[in-house]
Amino acid sequence: MMTVFSRVLFALVVFALSFAARAQLTIEITGAGANRIPIAITDFVGEPGVSRAVAMVVRADLERSGLFKLVEAGTSLGENAAVNFADWKSRGADALVVGSVAPASNGRFEVRFRLHDVQKQVSLGGLAYVMTAQQGRATGHRIADFVYEKLLGEPGIFSTRIAYVVKSAGRFELQIADADGMNAQTALASREPIISPAWSPDGTRLAYVSFESKKPVVYVHSLATGRRHVAANFKGSNSAPAWAPDGNKLAVVLTKDGASQLYSLNADGSGVVRLASSAGIDTEPFFSPDGKFIYFTSDRGGSPQAYRIEAGGGTAQRITFEGSYNVTPRLSPDGKSMAYVSRNGGRFQLTLMDLATRQTQILTDSDKDESPSFAPNGRMILYASEIGGRGVLAAVSSDGRVKQKLSVQAGDVREPAWGPFLKH
Amino acid sequence: MRKELMIILGAALIAGCGTTGEPEQSGAPVEDRGAKRIEGTEVKPVTAVDPMGAALAAVKQGVLAKRSVFFDYDSYVIKDEFKALVEAHARFLRDNPKMKMLIQGNTDERGSREYNLALGQKRAEALKKMLTLLGAREDQVEAVSLGEEKPRCSEANEGCWSQNRRDDMLYTGEF
Repeated sequence: MMTVFSRVLFALVVFALSFAARAQLTIEITGAGANRIPIAITDFVGEPGVSRAVAMVVRADLERSGLFKLVEAGTSLGENAAVNFADWKSRGADALVVGSVAPASNGRFEVRFRLHDVQKQVSLGGLAYVMTAQQGRATGHRIADFVYEKLLGEPGIFSTRIAYVVKSAGRFELQIADADGMNAQTALASREPIISPAWSPDGTRLAYVSFESKKPVVYVHSLATGRRHVAANFKGSNSAPAWAPDGNKLAVVLTKDGASQLYSLNADGSGVVRLASSAGIDTEPFFSPDGKFIYFTSDRGGSPQAYRIEAGGGTAQRITFEGSYNVTPRLSPDGKSMAYVSRNGGRFQLTLMDLATRQTQILTDSDKDESPSFAPNGRMILYASEIGGRGVLAAVSSDGRVKQKLSVQAGDVREPAWGPFLKH
Repeated sequence: MRKELMIILGAALIAGCGTTGEPEQSGAPVEDRGAKRIEGTEVKPVTAVDPMGAALAAVKQGVLAKRSVFFDYDSYVIKDEFKALVEAHARFLRDNPKMKMLIQGNTDERGSREYNLALGQKRAEALKKMLTLLGAREDQVEAVSLGEEKPRCSEANEGCWSQNRRDDMLYTGEF
């Protein structure tokens, strides 16, 4: 099966798909970093089909990050081959990845690779994986994560997953895909809307809001088993689930006592406690990564603005002051900045605030941005937007330079949520 | 919780049958063992008097068939032009204490989905408050929000948005 990334045109050979993706996400790079690291990734030696497929995933991942520039390798080199550093340097490569694939027991393969610093002429290390033919893409992502971390000093996100909702012809699907948009699987399909998916901190469960019973109800869904339960179904509307970092509690918005207000409950739906009280709307809770605060949207001051309270409840502190519409506050994984959507002259734009200096920066040039979600390494922010009347996902780096567009052919994509790091 | 959902779904199914206008009992076909039809006679179905059935029928006629209240942008104030309609529904709920109503608040598509869900809830609550002030019982009416998720009209212009900023009133058997 062949798939084409438009514009960049990586031909990715998917050598084994355990299922067919109904609506494939394609990712297009629309902006790159200022100083991209030139890197050559050779085809690995041995098992040509598997080798090429793994190397292609590594190349595609690194290039899509907008932080690497691929240098044509045009050769296969094993992980123990002597490297002619002068030659690679003359080709413009600062880094080089070489490797091999060999048959292992039970029809599996052993993949080995090594990363070289061409400038310093040293090896930066390597790893070996034993994998089935179906795990070629996953192995490629892990190699890309290794290379990314060694060269940039922060973890890569290529092995993570994203959740999002696809709407097509009266049908809503909550899908989970790899961070590169491949391997999309449908966790829930419904005739009624699905919104606000939120990953549990360990990446095994999703909380979301489904309208399948003609009103918003919060569910918690275990991805591996497909089993789910109702976490909040009180009189009125139930929405906006947010996981506490401990993975045991959720903050949700309930209207059982009147207008939309913040509550805390256990993931099984027990132990409901009201967190805050306002005469107006309180919604879109999000825990700070240290678990100490809940950031949320409230119109208690007359217009919707970002606020925070201590996670156990208490007095609200206003965070945004500029403008009359600042919603959906989402903290970066290091807790230092806050992404949110601000309305600027009728345009809804993804905005970033440095929480220490309160300095803000509008990150996009679009006008219907929604639902920001940080990558677990904090580098990119995934969000929903609209192009030509169609819902697309987009991602922008927190410095505003790297830009990607993620879309499906058949429908609208919305409500993205970037999953956590996988524990290897 | 799951049981609760099943009951709601079950109720919706049963209620759904009642709204089709077909006889309630419509199981397997039964052989006609009655007299043969004679020219000039007319056989009509006869049903027992059912106050709930009469109420279910009543909400499909006249002013009660009108179920929507529309709002201005970013507002949840019920405009004067809808007060007569709200009064008629409040009177009906007061006179038919077994009937229940679900109010679904809606918004246009602009802005955050969750914030719009909360705004739709405000609209639904505003209507519920007015209905209860005019005679409906608090436990007769549930106010929920669909936010921007179920637009009646899907173009990005004010003509369309104004249709989407509304409350819909659904009676027993319709939700």
